[in-house]
Amino acid sequence: MLNPYLKLNQKLFDETVEQQPTRSGYGEGLVVLGDTNPNVVVLTADLSESTKCEKFAEKYPDRFFDVGVAEQNMATVAAGMGVTGKTVFISSYATFNPGRNWEQIRTTIVYNHSNVKIAGHHSGIMTGPDGATHQATEDIAITRCWPNIQVFVPCDALEAKKATIQSVQIEGPVYLRFSRDKTPLITTEETPFETKKIQTFWVSENPQTTIFATGYMLYYALLAAKELEAEGIQVLVANVAVIKPLDEETVVTLAQKTGSIVSVEDHQVAGGLGGVIAEVLAKKLPTPMEFIGLQDTFGESGTPKELLEKYNMGKNAIKEAVKKVIARKK
Amino acid sequence: MLTAQEIITLELKANEVRKLIISTLLEAKSGHSAGPLGMADIFTAFYFNILHHDPKNPEMEDRDRLILSNGHICPVRYVTMALAGYFPIEELKTLRKINSRLQGHPHRSALPGLETTSGPLGEGLSQSVGIALAAKMDKKNFYVYCLTSDGEHQEGNTWEAAMMAGKYKLSNLIQVVDRNDIQIDGTTEDVMPLEPFKAKYEAFNWATIEVDGNNIDSFLDAVHAAKAIHDKPICIIADTIPGKGVSFMENNYTWHGKPPNAEEAAKALAELQVIEEAIKRELQ
Repeated sequence: MLNPYLKLNQKLFDETVEQQPTRSGYGEGLVVLGDTNPNVVVLTADLSESTKCEKFAEKYPDRFFDVGVAEQNMATVAAGMGVTGKTVFISSYATFNPGRNWEQIRTTIVYNHSNVKIAGHHSGIMTGPDGATHQATEDIAITRCWPNIQVFVPCDALEAKKATIQSVQIEGPVYLRFSRDKTPLITTEETPFETKKIQTFWVSENPQTTIFATGYMLYYALLAAKELEAEGIQVLVANVAVIKPLDEETVVTLAQKTGSIVSVEDHQVAGGLGGVIAEVLAKKLPTPMEFIGLQDTFGESGTPKELLEKYNMGKNAIKEAVKKVIARKK
Repeated sequence: MLTAQEIITLELKANEVRKLIISTLLEAKSGHSAGPLGMADIFTAFYFNILHHDPKNPEMEDRDRLILSNGHICPVRYVTMALAGYFPIEELKTLRKINSRLQGHPHRSALPGLETTSGPLGEGLSQSVGIALAAKMDKKNFYVYCLTSDGEHQEGNTWEAAMMAGKYKLSNLIQVVDRNDIQIDGTTEDVMPLEPFKAKYEAFNWATIEVDGNNIDSFLDAVHAAKAIHDKPICIIADTIPGKGVSFMENNYTWHGKPPNAEEAAKALAELQVIEEAIKRELQ
């Protein structure tokens, strides 16, 4: 069942569950920050509407800069502001930010320790019809390998808002990963956002595996958990909202408790959430593991639903992975 | 305006910078020679005349920001900073060595007084734009001086920054381009031509000033003139001689990225000694 202590959305499994894109949470978070923190500055590279900066831009035009179609400049301008007392958010599609401007971010923001938050939008194949050029499926891998950065992947719009607001508490770089399409609200305003602890969203009495999910894919993991329970298979579902620094202790504790692991993400399994967890467990507690995500392939055009199906990342694929990993335990 | 004697004192200081660059590079056994020697006059002008700064308080809030975009010429910055009192001259011997604050390419967090981390080219002008915009937002009056190389104008990022500085009319941003005509693979005009360089900046809505970057008196005048412009960013195109002061390094692109060996260093120091004595005679 949904963890009662986390005050999650009780209508989550209803057909009428409210849906919002995580990028909207970013936009709302920026306005809250604008209201409360005069040093917050927002930059975009000709994508103010689709990266949801426009409300901040309207309200705080003196602290908003549209640099034009120039993501490398956006990152480096922000780096300069970030060492001059500003807390800067840079917003574009993740394929360009932190994709195209990766080295600029590496040198002038991360190594330079400038106070910049990198917002990567349109992550994952769920970006849909735009096709693989605009579906960022490597951004976790290319950011989490940097020293001195934190990586947040919120599971819904409410968590995205909380993560955006929380990110300014960290003096230094943070990568925030958002997605394009509407996805169900899993949490509520009351659900605590934890940066230090992985929270278990689905609990059961005798779990046989733990599903670690990140981003909106948590929803599909929860759907799978619910159906598996009806089939007599109990699991835990944990929300990995912070990929870095990873709460290794909880990963190990849950691996020990359930004896097997499934990772679920809309990202390449190489270097993404699956990679992160496998690294921890290889070192501390080798555990059978299955990986849901992109298996060394690019996406393509299609609806998010069609793509999740085709690339074996939806609810049914997760259920299969759970059964497979449980079988491997014996 | 400085007196003739004050100018000569700065020239003497610049020669001291050159000597220390040679001995520092010899000790480091790797690093760049030509660029640092070519920029010794400009760095001396900045640290000993132009900059509003305090070596004992490198974080002073209203300090002018000196941004070095082409980080590979950092030996000249380290040497000038040491002579200005930011850290002991003795520490120059640690350049490029383990546990040193003097990284092979400058790192802001390693050494107080460095404003940015640089080395990868084409990123300094953008960071300077960001600092200049932050200053404007906070109504601060400090200047942002950005030193760039000519070669790094082959990087698109530089022109993205130039476009943005023009848009926001950043007159608190003064760029100094080290127009020494060389890059690793040859001359800039052979590898990837930059001319007409001045016209490019003017087309990007900058004011331009051309100056002999190895003439401290002229360079100070150029900065003075740049500060009188209040509606545009300013690009000072400083013609410099790479390897300046050492005959066998001057205008020779093969000296871009290597240090002198012991014999070459001795020869270089002897030549610089001759120059020093000539400057001292002027002083008398």
